[in-house]
Amino acid sequence: MTDAVLNAPQARRLRLHTGDLLPILTVLLVIVAVWYLGAIRMNAAWERDQAARAGVQLTTSELVSRTLTQDRPVLPAPHQVAQGLWEGVAGQAVTSRRSLVWHAWVTLSATLAGFGIGTALGIVLAVGIVHSRVMDLSVMPWAVASQTVPILAIAPMVIVVLASVGVTGLLPKAIIAAWLSFFPVLVGMVKGLRTPDGMQLDLMRSWSAPKTRVFWNLRLPSSLPYLFASLKVAIAAALVGTIVGELPAGATAGLGARLLSGSYYGQTVQIWSALFAAAILAAVLVALIGLIERTVLSRMGLAR
Amino acid sequence: MSALPILGVWLGGIALNVWLARINTRLSRGLIAAVFGLTLILLWEMAVRIYQIPTVILPAPSQIAASFAANRSILWTDFVQTILRGALMGWVIGAFAAILTAIAIDRSPFLQRGLLPIGNFVAALPIVGIAPILVMWFGFDWQSKAAVVVVMVFFPILVNMVAGLKATDALQRDLMASWAAPYGASLWKLRLPAAMPFLFNGLKITTTLALIGAIVAEFFGSPTRGMGFRISTAVGRLDLPLVWAEIVVAALAGTLFYGIVALAEKKVTFWHPSQRG
Repeated sequence: MTDAVLNAPQARRLRLHTGDLLPILTVLLVIVAVWYLGAIRMNAAWERDQAARAGVQLTTSELVSRTLTQDRPVLPAPHQVAQGLWEGVAGQAVTSRRSLVWHAWVTLSATLAGFGIGTALGIVLAVGIVHSRVMDLSVMPWAVASQTVPILAIAPMVIVVLASVGVTGLLPKAIIAAWLSFFPVLVGMVKGLRTPDGMQLDLMRSWSAPKTRVFWNLRLPSSLPYLFASLKVAIAAALVGTIVGELPAGATAGLGARLLSGSYYGQTVQIWSALFAAAILAAVLVALIGLIERTVLSRMGLAR
Repeated sequence: MSALPILGVWLGGIALNVWLARINTRLSRGLIAAVFGLTLILLWEMAVRIYQIPTVILPAPSQIAASFAANRSILWTDFVQTILRGALMGWVIGAFAAILTAIAIDRSPFLQRGLLPIGNFVAALPIVGIAPILVMWFGFDWQSKAAVVVVMVFFPILVNMVAGLKATDALQRDLMASWAAPYGASLWKLRLPAAMPFLFNGLKITTTLALIGAIVAEFFGSPTRGMGFRISTAVGRLDLPLVWAEIVVAALAGTLFYGIVALAEKKVTFWHPSQRG
């Protein structure tokens, strides 16, 4: 099973070219158009119902304009979500409980803490696995097995249990984020630390380099491209973990709590804005790591 | 003083594994993993008993096993509701939709260049967040859970399948062209088989996602059965052994699900380098 994970074919990383802009915009436009049509269709039933009760006949244009301006639509129109997002970001003081920036910050801090713990753990375990056969054979199968456990699903329970012991706040969420982010780092680092081929290792041996020198001067530098690829997966996973960790009732801060309270009170616009805030946060984090990756790798002359 | 037996078992496990690692056979490799796992469970049981950790915080493995045995019928209903109906149905529908979409956009480079970056982007997003919305739309029963799973598994499989359909090299395509093979024949005989390693990669990643989607969606509303429902209510009653029993079921189901897909991969893509040895 270990080998299957390590050697599985990977979908090639896609680079954006300027020529891709037109197709992407076209697809986005189609998505927005379908979204508007969907919003009109799904919200129309309620408007017709209201009109029938009031005994009014609605013209088509009236119906359309009403479906796009409901307070609690079944599916909010894109501009309503954009408006909700804008009000949440710019319309509030940053310290306000209604500010999306504040909620995003709560989520972000737990995500980064968990990402840090998970990355450190993944790297340490990978170094151990590469250098010790016993660790490789005992830890690796369980690390792979640990990922078939739907840990995310039991995240709320972990939070509740930790809260009953008195551990609250940032740490419980960070633990879940760490659990989710350690595996991609572990697998990527093991693969990366093993990339130096026999020739390079033999060269080090012919210089009678000690194990530490082999590690610092050969293994670690050649593992960096793999590390960065895993970090991007890991930070996205850490964010998902944190958001789900914010779901259990009682949590009042963070994007996950926003999602939950929106679903309790039927505030669909709030749900969609929180969702988009989370998406933007994920995109920014992944892009940030991509930027660091490019800077570091080009300085090392490893950029492809 | 009380830490001594724990330390003893731990060192014993390490020593046994170091000794086993010198013999390099299939059996010894399996044994090492088993010894590691057993040592962990033993340490867990001993730690809970010696330090008298309350059940509310961490139940001992023996308590979890007892709860598992006592609640078999409940666990089975939850398994059927969440895994077989929610996760499996959603996974199958999502996988078929993704494969068909990949084949449909395969002939249009324009659509591919537009859809792939968006697909990659969406695959990195916290999609579980749509669970409350879909529960609102499709109701509390398993249909809404399957819908969440469909959305969660669609993009990872799509991205892998599209990459897989491109995995043939020019030489192979030229050979098909020199035989004047029509689009259908070259798709069926060359490109679909060549895409299988990539497709299975996507299918394996999404097995866990499917379970997660189905269970998390139940936190936003469910009928009075299902693993997510049981976990959240059992936590409320502080019945932690039952919660852990559900986790064991989820872990077993996840491993089994992954194992079955991995087995199918071995049968289908026996020719691929990653399956050798």
